Amino acid sequence: MISTQAAEVHVHRDDVGSRMGMWLFLFTELLLFGGMFILYSVYRFTYAEEFHRAAKELNTVVGAFNTAILLTSSLTMVFSIIAIQRDQKSLSLLMQALTILLGLFFMVNKYFEWTSKFHHGIYPGSDELLSRSSGEILFFGLYYVMTGLHGIHVLVGMILIAIMSRFTIKDLITHDNYVRLENIGLYWHLVDIIWIFLFPLFYLIT
Amino acid sequence: MSSDTIALGSNGHEPSYLDYKGKHSGLLGWLLSTDHKRIGILYLSALTVFLLVGVSFGFLLRLELISPGRTIMDPQTYNSIFTLHGVIMIFLFVIPGIPAVFGNFVLPILIGAKDVAFPRINLLSWYLYMIGGLLAVISIFLPGGPADTGWTFYIPYSVRTGTNVMLALFAAFTLGFSSILTGLNFVTTVHRLRAPGMTWFRMPLSVWSLYATAWIQVLATPIIGITLLMVVVERWLGVGIFDPALGGDPVLFQHLFWIYSHPAVYIMIVPAMGVVSEIIPVFTRRTIFGYKFIAFSSIAIALFGSLVWAHHMFTVGMSDTGQFIFSFLTMIVAIPSAIKVFNWIATLYKGSIELAPPMLYVLAFIFLFSIGGLTGVMQGVLSVDIQVHDTSFIVAHFHYVMFGGTGFGFFAAMHYWFPKMFGRMYNQKTAKTAFWFLFIGFNILYFPMFIMGWLGMPRRYYDYLPEFQSYHLISTIGSWITVLGIILMFYNLIRSLKNGQIIKEKNIWGGETLEWQIDTPPIHENFYEIPVITSRPYQYKNNEEVLTHKEHK
Repeated sequence: MISTQAAEVHVHRDDVGSRMGMWLFLFTELLLFGGMFILYSVYRFTYAEEFHRAAKELNTVVGAFNTAILLTSSLTMVFSIIAIQRDQKSLSLLMQALTILLGLFFMVNKYFEWTSKFHHGIYPGSDELLSRSSGEILFFGLYYVMTGLHGIHVLVGMILIAIMSRFTIKDLITHDNYVRLENIGLYWHLVDIIWIFLFPLFYLIT
Repeated sequence: MSSDTIALGSNGHEPSYLDYKGKHSGLLGWLLSTDHKRIGILYLSALTVFLLVGVSFGFLLRLELISPGRTIMDPQTYNSIFTLHGVIMIFLFVIPGIPAVFGNFVLPILIGAKDVAFPRINLLSWYLYMIGGLLAVISIFLPGGPADTGWTFYIPYSVRTGTNVMLALFAAFTLGFSSILTGLNFVTTVHRLRAPGMTWFRMPLSVWSLYATAWIQVLATPIIGITLLMVVVERWLGVGIFDPALGGDPVLFQHLFWIYSHPAVYIMIVPAMGVVSEIIPVFTRRTIFGYKFIAFSSIAIALFGSLVWAHHMFTVGMSDTGQFIFSFLTMIVAIPSAIKVFNWIATLYKGSIELAPPMLYVLAFIFLFSIGGLTGVMQGVLSVDIQVHDTSFIVAHFHYVMFGGTGFGFFAAMHYWFPKMFGRMYNQKTAKTAFWFLFIGFNILYFPMFIMGWLGMPRRYYDYLPEFQSYHLISTIGSWITVLGIILMFYNLIRSLKNGQIIKEKNIWGGETLEWQIDTPPIHENFYEIPVITSRPYQYKNNEEVLTHKEHK
């Protein structure tokens, strides 16, 4: 992070500062998930064979579909920022709404994925899961905790974008003052990128 | 620090931040204020309360240990009280400690800013702190009883115990969030809000140390967040990630816990080192020796301190290579701390030392921290660690560093900035008396723990063999003297809030940093006009000024 001449101290708005604060916050989010990724790598190393078997049970198609949805939602997020920069308020609002909608699709998919696993009796503490090997128990444990934590982040992101839409409607976010929308966009991309790592780790590496 | 002082401030033009009338008045004017100075005072009040609660618990523990067997409480209560003592002292006092109170109050002033970068987030982090504190307090009174796991929440006991561990975990999680937001705020503030001419190497050294601390807060705290969440998940769903019966590994919990909690001890000590670097030049009337070394050693501590966590776990069963590396890095991290100590001593050399209360605390800091630090290096040696692991030797080391270091640093800061904060002066004689009580009591309290720990007295034990009785007795007597000192110190300070001599003078100690060039107490936006900085801090060339300052005393 390179500091610039701090000549704008008297100005109340500091977009560079806001963005820097957001990036620092994103670091903390990365490290939060980092702790989980450490656990994942340790257990993957210890139980390579069993992780391999368990991963085959996850539905790659649903996972891939969700990846596509999230990637597209990042695109619409970017569009909404470009639109507000060009002073196209309603287009930006439309794009924000689309982003929320895609987030919702993602969650609905996740819901069906999880409940179908529940129907097969695979959830933490279930008899079915406990009858399996340690590696499989841990794989599904991590699967629920990590995708669950990620899901919470998606939900929070959707709420935040909804708040941004409200700001946009009330003209608190405009073509020359859009740093908040930009920051929420950064957050949304972070949620996206974490999924990009979760997807191969749980669905693809078998 | 010389700067264009024309417009820095003149008494009486604007009301001080204490009298400032904003949107709200009265109590709300404080609770909803985004002024960094008021938030600093909010933290100070809350921290003082939690400190006194923590001290009381420590006092009770010592009283219980005055003789073998049951003295005043049963074992379960004892377990809960040492847990509460730890949780309150660590998460509610020493970690927020100096950054939240004095960092908030002086950091923006020291770099010539009107406030921190995100004033509202600053207030939010105070509320998160209060919520965390409240959760911890509630967990004491709910059925099930307060947590009895020790502040480390080690698995598997923290999953099995029936006490209110969940609430304590949520409390620690919330406090971590508050700490992250403070760190994030300070990093951005230092990057974005320095006054014109305030280059990196013109920043006062406490800003450097707060900056290094803020980075640790941002980068290390999330790990404890996720770790504590995992314990919550384990208790709630039994996923098995730390449960050997399901294939998990409890030692992994310890790794994750210390990945945060070791850097956290640097969150605690580095700001205190900043305070020391700030106070020494003022009361020796000398430019600080080795400015850049002190500045960079803060960064070095932050860096290396993040890589030594497993030295808490030498006895859990680790590969020899792992042990060797962590032992080696532990030795390395002592170097930047030693660099600081040498530079402080070099600054004292041939200085015109004035033993005002803040300076007394600082000198005590150097003495006690050196003992604490060097015994820390001893524990970094693998063979020695096996002997002293989980004995009261560790307890003594930890208290020498955290109480003798951070605690005394906190008290030094309090006595140093008190007149600036409140525009009143405490009774300096009483302050010195309190100091001597504290210093002497402290050593009587903790030094015997080194000896009995070396002889094999385990830590956290309710009962002990009769051969340790005399050490425990001495230690408990020390705790009484220490508590007397603390009471006297706070009595003196709190009393002077109302009755202390009114200070209007801007520069009561003859400091050379920006906070001593603005009104006492500061106005709402600190400066009438943003200063332009033209040189480094701590330039004590002007002997005349020194002399007039001394005569004035």
